[in-house]
Amino acid sequence: MVEQVKKLLDKRLKSALELEELRRTITNAKDTSRITISVCGGTGCRAMGSEDVVDAFSEEIEKKELAARVEFKETGCHGFCERGPVVVIGPKKVFYQRVKPEDVPEIINETVIKGNIIKRLLYIDPATNREITYESDVPFYKKQTRLILGANGEIDPTDIEQYIAAGGYSALAKVLSGISPEQVVSEITKSGLRGRGGGGFPTGRKWQSCRIARNDIKYVLCNADEGDPGAYQDRSILEGNPHSVLEGMIIGAYAIGSRQGYIYVRNEYPLAVEHARTAIDQALDYGLLGENILGSGFDFRVAINKGGGAFVCGESSALISSLEGKVGEPRAKYVHMSEKGLWDRPSLLNNVKTWANVPLIINKGADWYAKIGTKGSKGTMVFSLVGKINNTGLVEVPMGITLREMIYGIGGGIPGGKKFKAVQTGGPSGGCLPEQLLDTPVDFDELTRLGSMMGSGGMIVMDEDNCMVDVARYFIEFLKGESCGKCTPCREGLSKLSEILDRITHGEGRPEDLDTMTDLAEVLDGALCALGRTAANPVLSTLRYFKDEYMAHIIDKKCPAGVCRELIEYSIDPANCTGCGVCLRACSTKAITGEKKKPHVINRDMCIKCGACFDGCKFNAVVKQ
Amino acid sequence: METELDFAAIQAIIASNSGKIESLIDSYLTKKEQLISLLQDIQTEFNYIPQDILIRISQKLDIPLSQVFSVATFFKSFSLKPRGRHVITVCLGTACHVRGGQRLVDKMARSYNLKPGETSQDERFTLETANCLGCCALGPVVVVDGKYESQVNPEKLDKILKKYE
Repeated sequence: MVEQVKKLLDKRLKSALELEELRRTITNAKDTSRITISVCGGTGCRAMGSEDVVDAFSEEIEKKELAARVEFKETGCHGFCERGPVVVIGPKKVFYQRVKPEDVPEIINETVIKGNIIKRLLYIDPATNREITYESDVPFYKKQTRLILGANGEIDPTDIEQYIAAGGYSALAKVLSGISPEQVVSEITKSGLRGRGGGGFPTGRKWQSCRIARNDIKYVLCNADEGDPGAYQDRSILEGNPHSVLEGMIIGAYAIGSRQGYIYVRNEYPLAVEHARTAIDQALDYGLLGENILGSGFDFRVAINKGGGAFVCGESSALISSLEGKVGEPRAKYVHMSEKGLWDRPSLLNNVKTWANVPLIINKGADWYAKIGTKGSKGTMVFSLVGKINNTGLVEVPMGITLREMIYGIGGGIPGGKKFKAVQTGGPSGGCLPEQLLDTPVDFDELTRLGSMMGSGGMIVMDEDNCMVDVARYFIEFLKGESCGKCTPCREGLSKLSEILDRITHGEGRPEDLDTMTDLAEVLDGALCALGRTAANPVLSTLRYFKDEYMAHIIDKKCPAGVCRELIEYSIDPANCTGCGVCLRACSTKAITGEKKKPHVINRDMCIKCGACFDGCKFNAVVKQ
Repeated sequence: METELDFAAIQAIIASNSGKIESLIDSYLTKKEQLISLLQDIQTEFNYIPQDILIRISQKLDIPLSQVFSVATFFKSFSLKPRGRHVITVCLGTACHVRGGQRLVDKMARSYNLKPGETSQDERFTLETANCLGCCALGPVVVVDGKYESQVNPEKLDKILKKYE
């Protein structure tokens, strides 16, 4: 009896055939006439209150006894975080945005039961002022190619069967049913896939050197230590579609002959940790991980390690140190990871996005993949389009799309009628690109040529209110804090750069500072790891494209964008001031005085330049100069 | 404002939890390499990492104290000082920075007399900053006790913090 129950409970798939059978069973059992409701459960939408929306739906579905008629799921990140919480009603994919729990009964009554559209919840295209009903018509989605992110909005990431129903693990089955490890590596090489973590190293070459490395024990590692500020796509993929990453890793392990893998994920991403853990457990239950995967005789296990919040741990050798339970200090690069990585064994480390690309390439073929993108950069790239832009969120586009198309076509331009100033790519190792370069096609080589880089895919848009000297100072300050301190060029170089930039933003800059900074950039070039070697990029790129802003700070002692506190003064324009008293109440130092309905004044000696009056004034009477 | 450490109280807490601490450390006996994970578990339990426990870890797992200490101080997410009842994390990632994240830190200094890394005297709040919390589309972001708050400005911050006593 016990044996029989055990057998019934045993979900282990013993062959690729059994996986296909299961897929068929799930698909056949699925009632396609059912209406689907997917609520985005990504971190962005959760921050906007999506969990309450999920609860409201569950309650309403129970109350109306609709469970048999609707398929309700909380999915991963849909990408359009700006408009969260996002709810999509299938099969036609009616797109509702900024949904509140109190909207839920109406959605159920009107849209789910009667098929009517609730206009109030539709997205309005700011370009045309028109309401858009279906997800595929929203300009933000329309211009994307969502190969990696596509499934995020379709499947419940905590249910392996939904991933399987969507074709999941078919690439693994294909590989295990007769493709040799050599063929897998050559397919990846042929696809032209390059590492999505930042460096853009050819993935196939990395796999090949790991494959030929002689050692009985090899490791497969997933870098989910997404430390680049302004990038969160790895988080969204791991949260929203963890099995795609896992499947990529299993295929990689098969290709190089590894039996143990690790996912190194940031501690700041609790939901990603939880979903990755669930995915591993489920894959083990289904025989897609563990011993004798799909009856092929191939064994592979994956463990999760949480990082401790150090930017440098995204660097390969620092990540390994951290995995070994040590301080995350990088080591010299003449020792290759493919020979001596984790515990001095050959190790294959790829970024979350790179792993997620693998099943796609195996399923659709290297030739298909290589047709997407540019000559040197194949496939799509996931960017996080954030900062001063209307449609913030995650976008996936073919390599080679122009910055302008991204920022204006998909991102919908700059909010509040402000003027575009720069776009920052590549995280702290990247650079700021000005308006005249907006027609640049985005790929690994072009961005590097312009003094920036692809990095992890962060794309932070800045407008006229952002000071480029302050941005350079911000990044150098960031890197100074994150430098592990092991090698002198990085530790001392960044400290000096930070000192100079601090001085400039305080109005104490000297003309020779610019040359000194360029010299220091050369010193940094001698650093041990990429953190230090690329650390001067934010300074060099802003010097290259925004030198006039540096000069304004140094010569005129002015911050044209009105950011650097020591260089600005607040005053009240009596012509515009109505004496409403909002600024007076907002001022925490009591620097503002004035009688009701009469123009107020700011006492500059008492003003701490916090900007509260400037933000509060509805009449544009507070002037920042 | 800095919190005065009440060592007697700390010792008492550790003593009353010694069984739990011992079994937690014991569960890592065969996986010494997962020191970071152990420290995270300790921090989850106590809200910070008491120094006595660092010594205990070093003894039990036979890892030099210098190494345990260096790991505990290298990574930003570990705190060796007790933290307040509520931990406020202000994101200072690039996307939040360009939208005014720093002003929230200034606001905390001005209105709550708290600088990053400090705990208020009444132990109500600990202020921390993060380099990126991965919610960039909705910056400036503040996380209070794990709950994400989006598009926060100084005024909204006041309203949010009122909910935490």
